[in-house]
Amino acid sequence: MRPDDPSLKRLTPPKLTMLEKTYVPQILTGLGVTYKHIRGVMFHNKDITVQYPEDQHVPTANYRGVHRLNKDEDGHIKCVACMLCATACPVHCIDIVGASAPEGWGEREKYPESFVIDELRCIFCGMCEEACPVDAIELTKLYDITGLSREEMIFDKTKLLSVFDMTKDAEPMKTGNPPESVLPQVTEALPVIHPGPAANPERPRRAEATAPALGRGH
Amino acid sequence: MDVWLIAGILFKILVVVGISQGAVAYLILVERKIAAYAQDRIGPNRCGREVRLPFGLLQPIADGAKMLLKEDVIPSYVNKPLYILAPAIAIIAATIGFAVVPFGPVGPSAPTALGAPFQFQIAPGVDVGIVYVFAVGSLGVYAVVLAGWASNNKYAFLGGLRSSAQLISYEVPLGLSILGMVLIARSLDLNKIIEWQDRNVWGIFIQPIGFLLFLISSFAETNRLPFDLPESEQELVGGFHTEYSAMKFGMFFLGEYLNIITTSYLVVILFLGGWDLPFLNAGQTGWLPAFLKAFVLLGKVGAIVVFIMWVRWTLPRFRYDQLMDLAWKTMIPLAILNLVATAIVVQYAWGH
Repeated sequence: MRPDDPSLKRLTPPKLTMLEKTYVPQILTGLGVTYKHIRGVMFHNKDITVQYPEDQHVPTANYRGVHRLNKDEDGHIKCVACMLCATACPVHCIDIVGASAPEGWGEREKYPESFVIDELRCIFCGMCEEACPVDAIELTKLYDITGLSREEMIFDKTKLLSVFDMTKDAEPMKTGNPPESVLPQVTEALPVIHPGPAANPERPRRAEATAPALGRGH
Repeated sequence: MDVWLIAGILFKILVVVGISQGAVAYLILVERKIAAYAQDRIGPNRCGREVRLPFGLLQPIADGAKMLLKEDVIPSYVNKPLYILAPAIAIIAATIGFAVVPFGPVGPSAPTALGAPFQFQIAPGVDVGIVYVFAVGSLGVYAVVLAGWASNNKYAFLGGLRSSAQLISYEVPLGLSILGMVLIARSLDLNKIIEWQDRNVWGIFIQPIGFLLFLISSFAETNRLPFDLPESEQELVGGFHTEYSAMKFGMFFLGEYLNIITTSYLVVILFLGGWDLPFLNAGQTGWLPAFLKAFVLLGKVGAIVVFIMWVRWTLPRFRYDQLMDLAWKTMIPLAILNLVATAIVVQYAWGH
């Protein structure tokens, strides 16, 4: 566009009055703005801080946290070792070793002998979840996982299945949970995943506390 | 008699230095709290929770312990003597400036102890009080300049360079702005200025321009936002104290906050009537009014300190040329105008 283009709209900044040129009114307005914020936090509890270990942040419904491996009606792992998730994974953090399914697992041909996810490598993009044809892998809303070593953060099949036991009440599977009777209850806490309140017996477990806010798959 | 006098002065030094250093620790907490509130946060609130103290009241102790226990790194490329000297100058210049600042009643209205008047001032009766404060205060620039030079680091050097130009520029309006008040009270002695305000009106009403200029220049002199160009975390990664760690860094902080306290005392003494309130006057003697006056003065100082922190979260930092424009093109002419007008009025209209 040329400088003398007729469609060019020219704006001139508003002229400051004598008083405005001293910047005193503007400074006073600014002080008023900060005063409102200070007063709001001091007297009206308008702070936006979440006091983390005591108050848990509740992620939105589409939050992508730690993975879990779902179980079917018989309590077996749902995964059929098709490798679609491992293929879809952009950072190659999923390692699956497939094997022929044992006798009595229905029409399944294969099952994962080992299913390992490197949670440190994972970028939590959710592509594995998208790719899975049998809804076996899902991302939960657990965000506060810690570990003391890199090895600890490589989750194997057992750990991923226990994440399912831990979160299945709060976040049902997309296809609906299998009936309660077939699933053994996991009572002991996991060594790696430390949801804050679970460490404190006086407070409700996080999964229960956040249950009403979750609604995935209904 | 002399022994008691010296003992009294030593006692005052002990109390004042102890209180002001302790106050600095808590001022940092106050600053962090106000910073948090202005940003809709809560600020430090964990320290002291175990012993049921609210508002993170033990945070200063944790901060102090951290400062003292951290590794004190002296980089190999620094100019070592100057590098060590700089934080010492910062803290010394900030501390000895307080010697002539009255923190309570002085002179005829001072209470008596052991047969002698107990002056609420470390060095009472210094005729050139305010000049001494400015002289010592401007020594503080050496701390910043030496730190910037000795660090042998571009960022620190730029910070020191900016600081020297800024502090020298703002010394001028700082000095000029109080001269009006000095002319009116006809004394450089801070106590006489308070007494004049007690008899007549507060300085802010009779010298509003002087008050404004003094306030702005003292922001610049203490390196507080919007004049914190020597530090400018965003551009200069901390400026002159980039290379400092542990307690050497803490000493710069201590010096800065002591400067804020001293400056706030000066603002209150020169323009807000010192310990003056409608029901307090120079005629009242004895210990109770004396402590009341000291607390009123302290309260006013606290208000100014909070105001300084409040301004920090309101105004963004100046650009360098704007900073110089403000000092040389606006504040110095205004200060001279104010001084000349005051001198004419005092000489001819009031007919002294």
